[in-house]
Order: sequence, then structure tokens, then C-alpha cells
Amino acid sequence: MSLHNLTPPVLDVRNLSKVFPIGSNLLGTKPAQMLQAVSDVSFRVAQGETFGLVGESGCGKSTLGRCILRLIDPTQGEVLLAGTDITHLNAAEMRPLRQDLQIVFQDPMSSLHPGMTIRRILAEGLRLLKLDAQTEAARIAELISLVQLPADVADRYPHELSGGQRQRIGIARAISVNPKVIVLDEPVSALDVSIQAGLLNLLRSLQERLNIAYVFIAHDLSVVRYVSDRIGVMYLGRIVETGRASDLFDNPRHPYTQALLSAIPLADPRAERKRARTVLEGDLPSPLNPPSGCSFRTRCPRARPLCAAERPLLEDTAHAVACHFPDPAGTEATARATPSTLQTGEGA
Amino acid sequence: MTAAPLLEIRDLRAAFRGPSGFVEAVRGVDFTLNAGEVLGIVGESGSGKSVAMMALLQLLPAQARVSGSAKFKGRELIGMPQRQIRHILGREIGCIFQDPLSAFNPVLTIGAQIIEAIRLHDRKISKRAALAQTIDLLASVSIPEPERRAQQYPHEFSGGMRQRAMIAMALANNPSLLIADEPTTALDVTVQAQILDLLRRLAQERDIGMVLITHDLGVVASMARDISVMYSGRVVETGSADSVFYDTCHPYTRGLIAAMPSLESVGTLLTPIDGTPPSIFDRPQGCSFAPRCGYALPACHETDPELRQIGTTRAACLRAEEIAAGTVRPTAPLSESLPV
Repeated sequence: MSLHNLTPPVLDVRNLSKVFPIGSNLLGTKPAQMLQAVSDVSFRVAQGETFGLVGESGCGKSTLGRCILRLIDPTQGEVLLAGTDITHLNAAEMRPLRQDLQIVFQDPMSSLHPGMTIRRILAEGLRLLKLDAQTEAARIAELISLVQLPADVADRYPHELSGGQRQRIGIARAISVNPKVIVLDEPVSALDVSIQAGLLNLLRSLQERLNIAYVFIAHDLSVVRYVSDRIGVMYLGRIVETGRASDLFDNPRHPYTQALLSAIPLADPRAERKRARTVLEGDLPSPLNPPSGCSFRTRCPRARPLCAAERPLLEDTAHAVACHFPDPAGTEATARATPSTLQTGEGA
Repeated sequence: MTAAPLLEIRDLRAAFRGPSGFVEAVRGVDFTLNAGEVLGIVGESGSGKSVAMMALLQLLPAQARVSGSAKFKGRELIGMPQRQIRHILGREIGCIFQDPLSAFNPVLTIGAQIIEAIRLHDRKISKRAALAQTIDLLASVSIPEPERRAQQYPHEFSGGMRQRAMIAMALANNPSLLIADEPTTALDVTVQAQILDLLRRLAQERDIGMVLITHDLGVVASMARDISVMYSGRVVETGSADSVFYDTCHPYTRGLIAAMPSLESVGTLLTPIDGTPPSIFDRPQGCSFAPRCGYALPACHETDPELRQIGTTRAACLRAEEIAAGTVRPTAPLSESLPV
């Protein structure tokens, strides 16, 4: 934690919002509806740290990931990469910074070119570094061994590899240009458990070795807990609870986080039988027509009139929630353990 | 209980034509399911868990070769003429699949499809009565405003609601057996919890026997009374849920449990299983898990062990006794395999 105190955040997301206009026709005679995919999200990630973003489908976590990389442009807010605001850079100015900011997608089959050998796929990314042929070949060999694959995969095609091996190539490609930050968007969701474990271990060891910051986006809470130092729980485009992974899991304060945790089936029949469950009613509301006030109130067991009238703001504390009636935070000691510099941005 | 089991499967095999002769995707599966019980079949992709179920329901393509015995309430399903099995499917046996969007016809309303399912098996029922029954069914799976929902098309339903509608359709003719193949895999956790709750309640209320196929150990732990773990077309360990989880003796089951990140496994390294499952075209000799197994002996590469009673579970492993007793430690697998 002292690490967090000393190092400035390598990634600083400030009040980021993304609105998609949808449903307008070509002539513009039908007004577009506004879909608020991400609303006022702020968080910071320090070097070598993992920030986990969890939430169910449609909560905006992937849109947020893509906004951070400027694969889509945010409507509002800023993204600072090592202190530089990258939100308003044009494509040419952005190009040299792309090296610092990489992404790994969920499905490596569709993100690796099927007609290129692994060697060419990795060489493409390395062009940014303008290496000579010999250094490039050495770097490719090094990358393949870093992701713990045998050297001969270099001359194979993506379809010749298994899902887990392909995802290792996706990771090799992301680390090839020595990024400061990697956004991992559901990197292990398509894999079987026995294979997923190897990738999670690999991601951890690469982080220790290369000191990269991860933004780890996933819907699986056990996976997120396993890899993350700090976590943000998203619901309908907003972070509703954020804090250190251990605080958030041991002492969830937001009713949504509590419901999410109690919904994970445990691989432990005795514990399952004893378990008290909070089963949420209903489905996620449509983001086109979000509820007034707190967006979770339609499914919340604690909802009161205040929740419909007023939107709760995310607190500015170590273990913060956006809820009118949250559970109390843990002891003062744990609350102080994470410095406030790593909490939501100034504007929050 | 002296009554015949609801479903009794013996030595079920399913083979497909490959480039050089038939290859077996399911290689001798046995299990017994009684009314009102839930049997969980766990396995990773390609383990043969879905093929086994499709084989006994005759849902595999005609060129597939299915053998063995599958007795449903004493009636043999394998080799039963298509006409007869269609009579049973949808009436006495209900099926729920992973992806309800592709299971429904997109151009018919949900109500029309459930009515069709009812009238297919009960020619005498009037349309009006079938509609009333449909609305009751939708209500019983907790779909709000069932009258309005019955008139909507599949795309107007959310994933969770569609899965409820599929459960309603599976229950339309009061089946005594439900086969649920990854029923919650496509759903978010909070919705998964709702659907599992619903299945648990319905199975209890209606005394339905259920075969629950899943890759998720958490889902079987919360639902199943008995569990069978499949690997490469065979059951490698089976027993009550407690014995499979707490007295695990097959190295593959152990591996699966150790590979799963749990809410407690923070700060520890997960233990992946080295290598990949063998292709059905190229199964190793002997135990098909041996190339990835930390306990494998030379003998494991020669003989494919049968399921044996070991303590409270049955496992197909030569070294199961030693593993159960904790007298051996895993080493690196004998054969070199690619990391995955």
C-alpha cells in the first residue's frame, strides 16, 4: 500500500461518460434516443496494480474499457495516461501513446488474423518499435517464452492453437510493446476452468515481472477477486461500490454487491446448503430508460422513497458506495489503509 | 424404494464417422436417476456430456452410432422408433438448452409456441384451454404479466426471461424427467441465481428428476444430489455431491477443484491442469487423463481403468486408493505436453 502512496497513478480516469445516440433514421427525421452507457466514472490505477471492473452484461464495463483506449471516444470526462490527457488527442498524436496502452480481448480467435502466422502477428505490433530484423526475431522468441509457449508456435497459424494458447498469443501481443497499462476485457471467460487457471497465473507473474497496470474487466467475481488489488462494481453505467478487493468482498456495503456475491454458486455443497441467499428480483432495467434516482432501486430490497427521488453520489472514501442506505464501512483502520489519492478523481 | 429408477443408463456409447473409421465421443457411461433427484454431470468442453444426453434422446444426426441401454421408467430408449420417442420427448421428458434464443422460433410468439407444445401431445385440448394453461405456466416460472408476455416474440424477452419461457415450455406437459444442458451458462450471476432457484423449486414441487449438465462446479454443488464427472467421453468419478467434493479421489476432479478461483483463493496460486484434453481422433493409450496427470505411473499409459468404489465415491483411477489416503504426491506429468 505504501506503493500507492508514492507512485502517481499511471492511469487516471476522470468523470468519464459515454452516450450513444440510437434509433435515429438516416434522414434524421426521427429523433435519436440517448443511451447512457457509462456515467461519470472515475478511478485511478497505480503502476503494477490491478483494478477490476465487475458487473453484469450491459453495465457498461466494456464500453468503459474501450473509451479508456479511445477505441471509441468518450462523450465527457478525461483519461490521463501517466499524467497526459489523451482524451483530446487526434489519431496522429495518439499513435506514439498507443504503445503504452494495450488491450486483450475475450475471443482470441477473432482478434488474431487467421491468415498470419503467430510470428507475423507479433511482428505487426513490434513495427511500432522499429527494430532491426535480428532484434525483432529475438524479441518474438522472447515473447513466446514469456507467455510460456514452446518456440515452434511462431510458425503456426491461430487455428492450429488451442483456445488457451491463442489467448497467450493475445497477451504476448499486448506486452510486446512494453505497455504501461493493459485493459483486459473478459480475457478468460471463453476458456475452461483448468485452462483459465494457467492464464490467470500467467497474468499475475507477468505483472510482477513487468510492472504493468491492469484494468481487468470481467463478469466473474471469483476471477476478479483473484487478480485484483482494487475493484469497482458497476451497475447501469455507474460505479456503485469501489474499494480494496478484500474490503469489498469481506464487507460489501452496497446491496447490489451483496446480491452479486451471494449469487455466486460456491463449489462447496455444505456451504451451499447453509447459505442465506439474497436473490434479486427482476432484470436489469433498460439503459434507454433508467429508473429515476438510484438506478438499482427497482431491484433493491432496501429501496425507500428517497431512492427514487435522489441519486446517491459515490462517497469519496477508501471503501466507497453510492447508496442512501449502505452498510457501514469496516473499521476506521481499514478505511484509512488506502490513501485517498487513489480514490475517485478530484471532480467526483 | 422398490420402484424402477426414472432413468437408468448402462454402457451408453456414441460414435461418429471420422476420417478413418468411427470415433467414440461417449465411451460407456452409466448412471441411475430416481424421481425427484438431481444428477449433475460436470465436464469441460468436449468431455462428451452433451453428446451423451443427445444420444439417449436420439437427437444426434442419423449417421451417429449409439449403443448401450437407456431405460426411462423401464422403457428402452436406445433403438426405439422415432415416432415413439417423439411421443415421449416433450411430454414425459422436457429439455432445456443453453441458448433459448436459438431454441425458439423467432417468428412465432412465445405463447403460440407453448400452445403448440401442449397441443402436439394432447390433441383434444381446445386452443382456449391451451392458452389458459400457457398463461399458468408462464406465471409458474415467475414471468410477470403472463397474458401480455404470451403475445410477445422471443426477441422481446431478456435472456433470463427467455430461459424462464423455455423452462415453461419444457414443463408444458408435466414431464417426470428434465434434461437441462448448461441452463444458466449464458446468464448473468444474479439471473443465474434466479433460474437455479426456480429449477430447484419446480423439481421439488413436481417431483421431477433432473439431469443437470454443466461445466460449473459451483452450479452442481448448489443443485445436485449426485455428481458424475466426465472426461474424454467417460465418467471418471461419481458419487454423492459431498463425496465428490470432499472425498475426491480422481486426479482430474481434484485438478478441476484446484483450478477454480474461489472467493477464498486469494494470495494463493491456482493450480492449472497442464496440457489439453485429448482429441477424440487421437486418444492416448491407457487412461486418457494420464498425459496431464501428476500421479501417472507407467501402467496408467497402458490400461484404461474401470470405475471402482473408493471410500464414498467411485473413481476410474489406478492410484485412487493412494490418492484418497493422501500417501502420494503429484509430480510433473510423465509425458511432455504443451502448456495451454
